[in-house]
Amino acid sequence: MPVDQSLVGRVFPPTRPYAVTAEHIGSFVAAIGGAYDGGAAPATYPIVLAFDAMNAFLEAESIDLFRIVHGDQKFAYERPVVPGDVLTATLTVASLRQIAGNDIIGTTSEITDSSGALVCSTSATLVHRGAA
Amino acid sequence: MTLEPQAYTITRADLVAYAEASGDHNPIHQDDAVAESVGLPGVIAHGMYTMALAARAVSTWFPGCEVASLGCKFTNPVVVPAEGGVDIEVAGEASEEDGLTTVRLTVTCEGQKVLGMPKAVVRAPAHD
Repeated sequence: MPVDQSLVGRVFPPTRPYAVTAEHIGSFVAAIGGAYDGGAAPATYPIVLAFDAMNAFLEAESIDLFRIVHGDQKFAYERPVVPGDVLTATLTVASLRQIAGNDIIGTTSEITDSSGALVCSTSATLVHRGAA
Repeated sequence: MTLEPQAYTITRADLVAYAEASGDHNPIHQDDAVAESVGLPGVIAHGMYTMALAARAVSTWFPGCEVASLGCKFTNPVVVPAEGGVDIEVAGEASEEDGLTTVRLTVTCEGQKVLGMPKAVVRAPAHD
Protein backbone atom coordinates (compact mmCIF):
# COMPACT_ATOMS: atom_id res chain seq x y z
CA MET A 1 0.00 0.00 0.00
CA PRO A 2 1.48 3.38 -0.96
CA VAL A 3 2.41 5.79 1.79
CA ASP A 4 -0.17 8.54 2.38
CA GLN A 5 0.62 11.76 0.48
CA SER A 6 -0.75 13.91 3.32
CA LEU A 7 2.41 13.04 5.28
CA VAL A 8 4.46 15.63 3.39
CA GLY A 9 5.38 18.49 5.71
CA ARG A 10 4.45 16.56 8.84
CA VAL A 11 6.79 17.09 11.79
CA PHE A 12 7.02 14.12 14.16
CA PRO A 13 7.50 14.54 17.92
CA PRO A 14 11.13 14.83 19.11
CA THR A 15 12.71 11.55 20.13
CA ARG A 16 13.33 10.75 23.79
CA PRO A 17 16.56 12.53 24.90
CA TYR A 18 19.56 10.27 24.39
CA ALA A 19 22.63 10.60 26.62
CA VAL A 20 25.79 10.02 24.60
CA THR A 21 28.46 8.04 26.46
CA ALA A 22 32.10 7.31 25.63
CA GLU A 23 31.23 3.59 25.97
CA HIS A 24 28.55 3.83 23.30
CA ILE A 25 30.70 5.85 20.90
CA GLY A 26 33.42 3.26 21.53
CA SER A 27 31.12 0.40 20.53
CA PHE A 28 30.03 2.30 17.39
CA VAL A 29 33.67 2.89 16.41
CA ALA A 30 34.62 -0.73 17.18
CA ALA A 31 31.79 -1.99 14.94
CA ILE A 32 33.37 -0.24 11.97
CA GLY A 33 36.80 -1.58 12.88
CA GLY A 34 38.24 1.60 14.32
CA ALA A 35 39.83 2.57 17.63
CA TYR A 36 38.14 5.30 19.70
CA ASP A 37 40.32 7.94 21.36
CA GLY A 38 37.69 9.28 23.77
CA GLY A 39 37.07 12.53 21.86
CA ALA A 40 34.53 13.54 19.24
CA ALA A 41 32.24 10.86 17.83
CA PRO A 42 32.71 9.77 14.19
CA ALA A 43 30.94 11.83 11.55
CA THR A 44 28.20 9.25 10.93
CA TYR A 45 27.42 8.78 14.65
CA PRO A 46 24.38 11.14 14.56
CA ILE A 47 22.62 8.42 12.53
CA VAL A 48 21.90 6.79 15.90
CA LEU A 49 19.57 9.70 16.65
CA ALA A 50 18.23 10.01 13.11
CA PHE A 51 17.52 6.28 13.01
CA ASP A 52 15.61 6.46 16.28
CA ALA A 53 13.45 9.23 14.78
CA MET A 54 12.98 7.21 11.56
CA ASN A 55 11.88 4.14 13.52
CA ALA A 56 9.26 6.16 15.39
CA PHE A 57 8.03 7.55 12.06
CA LEU A 58 7.83 4.08 10.45
CA GLU A 59 6.02 2.70 13.48
CA ALA A 60 3.53 5.58 13.51
CA GLU A 61 2.78 4.98 9.82
CA SER A 62 2.81 1.14 10.08
CA ILE A 63 5.67 0.86 7.55
CA ASP A 64 7.79 -2.30 7.78
CA LEU A 65 11.49 -1.58 8.37
CA PHE A 66 12.53 -4.59 6.28
CA ARG A 67 10.93 -2.95 3.22
CA ILE A 68 13.10 0.16 3.65
CA VAL A 69 16.35 0.64 1.75
CA HIS A 70 18.49 3.73 2.26
CA GLY A 71 18.67 5.93 -0.87
CA ASP A 72 20.93 8.71 0.31
CA GLN A 73 22.13 10.41 3.46
CA LYS A 74 23.57 13.84 4.15
CA PHE A 75 24.86 15.45 7.31
CA ALA A 76 25.66 19.11 7.95
CA TYR A 77 27.37 19.65 11.29
CA GLU A 78 27.32 22.65 13.59
CA ARG A 79 29.75 20.87 15.90
CA PRO A 80 30.93 17.31 16.59
CA VAL A 81 29.01 15.06 18.99
CA VAL A 82 30.94 14.43 22.22
CA PRO A 83 30.38 12.21 25.27
CA GLY A 84 28.01 13.91 27.72
CA ASP A 85 25.77 15.33 25.00
CA VAL A 86 22.06 14.75 25.53
CA LEU A 87 20.50 14.76 22.07
CA THR A 88 17.09 14.53 20.49
CA ALA A 89 16.08 14.26 16.85
CA THR A 90 13.03 15.82 15.24
CA LEU A 91 12.00 14.30 11.91
CA THR A 92 10.07 16.06 9.15
CA VAL A 93 8.72 14.34 6.05
CA ALA A 94 10.05 16.59 3.30
CA SER A 95 8.88 14.84 0.15
CA LEU A 96 7.09 11.77 -1.12
CA ARG A 97 6.80 10.30 -4.57
CA GLN A 98 5.99 6.92 -6.06
CA ILE A 99 8.26 5.32 -8.65
CA ALA A 100 7.74 1.83 -10.06
CA GLY A 101 5.69 0.66 -7.08
CA ASN A 102 8.16 2.04 -4.54
CA ASP A 103 7.64 5.02 -2.25
CA ILE A 104 10.55 7.45 -2.25
CA ILE A 105 10.35 9.22 1.11
CA GLY A 106 12.49 12.30 1.74
CA THR A 107 13.07 13.07 5.42
CA THR A 108 15.05 15.66 7.34
CA SER A 109 16.02 15.35 11.01
CA GLU A 110 17.35 18.13 13.18
CA ILE A 111 19.51 16.93 16.03
CA THR A 112 19.63 19.30 18.98
CA ASP A 113 21.37 19.26 22.36
CA SER A 114 19.86 19.77 25.82
CA SER A 115 20.07 23.57 25.43
CA GLY A 116 18.06 23.32 22.21
CA ALA A 117 21.06 24.26 20.06
CA LEU A 118 21.35 22.59 16.68
CA VAL A 119 24.18 20.03 16.53
CA CYS A 120 23.56 18.46 13.15
CA SER A 121 21.01 18.55 10.34
CA THR A 122 20.55 15.34 8.43
CA SER A 123 18.53 14.39 5.41
CA ALA A 124 17.77 10.92 4.19
CA THR A 125 15.94 9.41 1.28
CA LEU A 126 14.19 6.17 2.21
CA VAL A 127 13.06 3.78 -0.48
CA HIS A 128 10.02 1.81 0.63
CA ARG A 129 9.87 -1.28 -1.54
CA GLY A 130 6.31 -2.24 -2.34
CA ALA A 131 5.06 -5.79 -1.78
CA ALA A 132 5.71 -8.02 -4.81
CA MET B 1 45.78 16.19 -4.16
CA THR B 2 45.30 12.44 -4.40
CA LEU B 3 44.94 10.74 -1.03
CA GLU B 4 46.22 7.28 -0.26
CA PRO B 5 43.44 4.72 -0.81
CA GLN B 6 42.23 2.95 2.32
CA ALA B 7 41.15 -0.71 2.33
CA TYR B 8 38.61 -2.27 4.68
CA THR B 9 36.82 -5.60 5.01
CA ILE B 10 33.19 -6.05 6.09
CA THR B 11 32.02 -9.35 7.61
CA ARG B 12 28.62 -10.57 8.84
CA ALA B 13 29.95 -10.26 12.41
CA ASP B 14 30.67 -6.57 11.74
CA LEU B 15 27.07 -6.08 10.63
CA VAL B 16 25.81 -7.69 13.86
CA ALA B 17 28.04 -5.38 15.92
CA TYR B 18 26.99 -2.37 13.85
CA ALA B 19 23.27 -3.21 14.21
CA GLU B 20 23.72 -3.35 17.98
CA ALA B 21 25.70 -0.09 18.17
CA SER B 22 23.59 1.91 15.71
CA GLY B 23 20.15 0.55 16.60
CA ASP B 24 19.52 -0.41 12.96
CA HIS B 25 18.18 -3.93 13.28
CA ASN B 26 16.77 -4.13 9.76
CA PRO B 27 16.88 -7.89 9.03
CA ILE B 28 18.04 -7.30 5.42
CA HIS B 29 21.47 -6.81 7.05
CA GLN B 30 21.33 -10.16 8.89
CA ASP B 31 19.03 -12.62 7.15
CA ASP B 32 19.41 -13.79 3.53
CA ALA B 33 15.78 -14.93 3.30
CA VAL B 34 14.41 -11.51 4.29
CA ALA B 35 16.87 -9.72 1.99
CA GLU B 36 15.86 -11.91 -0.94
CA SER B 37 12.15 -11.41 -0.15
CA VAL B 38 12.54 -7.68 -0.95
CA GLY B 39 14.52 -8.31 -4.14
CA LEU B 40 18.08 -8.01 -2.83
CA PRO B 41 20.76 -10.52 -3.83
CA GLY B 42 21.35 -11.49 -0.19
CA VAL B 43 22.43 -9.86 3.06
CA ILE B 44 23.76 -6.37 2.35
CA ALA B 45 25.82 -4.06 4.53
CA HIS B 46 24.03 -1.12 6.11
CA GLY B 47 24.55 1.81 3.73
CA MET B 48 25.59 3.67 6.85
CA TYR B 49 28.30 1.07 7.46
CA THR B 50 29.91 1.83 4.11
CA MET B 51 29.43 5.56 4.69
CA ALA B 52 31.10 5.17 8.10
CA LEU B 53 34.11 3.58 6.36
CA ALA B 54 34.24 6.57 4.00
CA ALA B 55 34.22 8.87 7.05
CA ARG B 56 36.91 6.72 8.67
CA ALA B 57 39.15 7.22 5.64
CA VAL B 58 38.59 10.99 5.86
CA SER B 59 39.58 10.99 9.54
CA THR B 60 42.70 8.95 8.67
CA TRP B 61 43.67 11.48 6.00
CA PHE B 62 42.79 14.55 8.11
CA PRO B 63 43.35 13.55 11.73
CA GLY B 64 41.78 15.90 14.26
CA CYS B 65 39.85 17.83 11.61
CA GLU B 66 36.23 18.68 12.20
CA VAL B 67 33.83 17.49 9.50
CA ALA B 68 31.52 20.26 8.25
CA SER B 69 29.40 18.09 5.98
CA LEU B 70 29.23 14.57 4.64
CA GLY B 71 26.90 13.05 2.10
CA CYS B 72 26.41 10.29 -0.45
CA LYS B 73 23.88 8.27 -2.36
CA PHE B 74 23.65 4.53 -1.89
CA THR B 75 23.81 3.40 -5.50
CA ASN B 76 24.81 -0.25 -5.31
CA PRO B 77 24.31 -2.71 -2.46
CA VAL B 78 27.37 -4.20 -0.76
CA VAL B 79 26.61 -7.91 -0.54
CA VAL B 80 28.30 -9.50 2.46
CA PRO B 81 28.89 -13.27 2.22
CA ALA B 82 28.07 -15.57 5.16
CA GLU B 83 31.69 -16.74 5.25
CA GLY B 84 34.72 -14.48 4.97
CA GLY B 85 34.15 -10.85 4.10
CA VAL B 86 33.89 -8.31 1.34
CA ASP B 87 36.56 -5.73 0.55
CA ILE B 88 35.86 -2.02 0.32
CA GLU B 89 38.29 0.56 -1.00
CA VAL B 90 37.99 4.28 -0.26
CA ALA B 91 39.94 6.66 -2.49
CA GLY B 92 39.87 10.44 -2.33
CA GLU B 93 40.84 13.67 -4.05
CA ALA B 94 41.19 16.78 -1.89
CA SER B 95 40.97 20.43 -2.84
CA GLU B 96 41.22 23.40 -0.50
CA GLU B 97 39.41 26.72 -0.49
CA ASP B 98 38.80 29.32 2.24
CA GLY B 99 40.05 27.06 5.04
CA LEU B 100 37.76 24.24 4.00
CA THR B 101 38.97 21.07 2.35
CA THR B 102 36.58 19.29 0.02
CA VAL B 103 37.22 15.57 -0.34
CA ARG B 104 35.63 13.85 -3.31
CA LEU B 105 35.56 10.16 -2.55
CA THR B 106 35.38 7.04 -4.64
CA VAL B 107 34.10 4.03 -2.73
CA THR B 108 34.29 0.69 -4.48
CA CYS B 109 33.49 -2.92 -3.69
CA GLU B 110 35.31 -5.39 -5.90
CA GLY B 111 35.90 -2.68 -8.48
CA GLN B 112 32.30 -1.44 -8.58
CA LYS B 113 31.30 1.96 -7.19
CA VAL B 114 28.84 1.52 -4.34
CA LEU B 115 28.33 5.14 -3.24
CA GLY B 116 27.14 7.95 -5.50
CA MET B 117 28.97 11.27 -5.27
CA PRO B 118 30.36 10.68 -1.78
CA LYS B 119 31.78 13.96 -0.53
CA ALA B 120 33.12 15.32 2.74
CA VAL B 121 34.02 18.89 3.66
CA VAL B 122 36.46 19.25 6.55
CA ARG B 123 37.64 22.30 8.49
CA ALA B 124 41.32 22.69 9.24
CA PRO B 125 42.05 22.38 12.97
CA ALA B 126 41.81 25.74 14.79
CA HIS B 127 45.36 25.32 16.12
CA ASP B 128 47.73 23.44 13.89
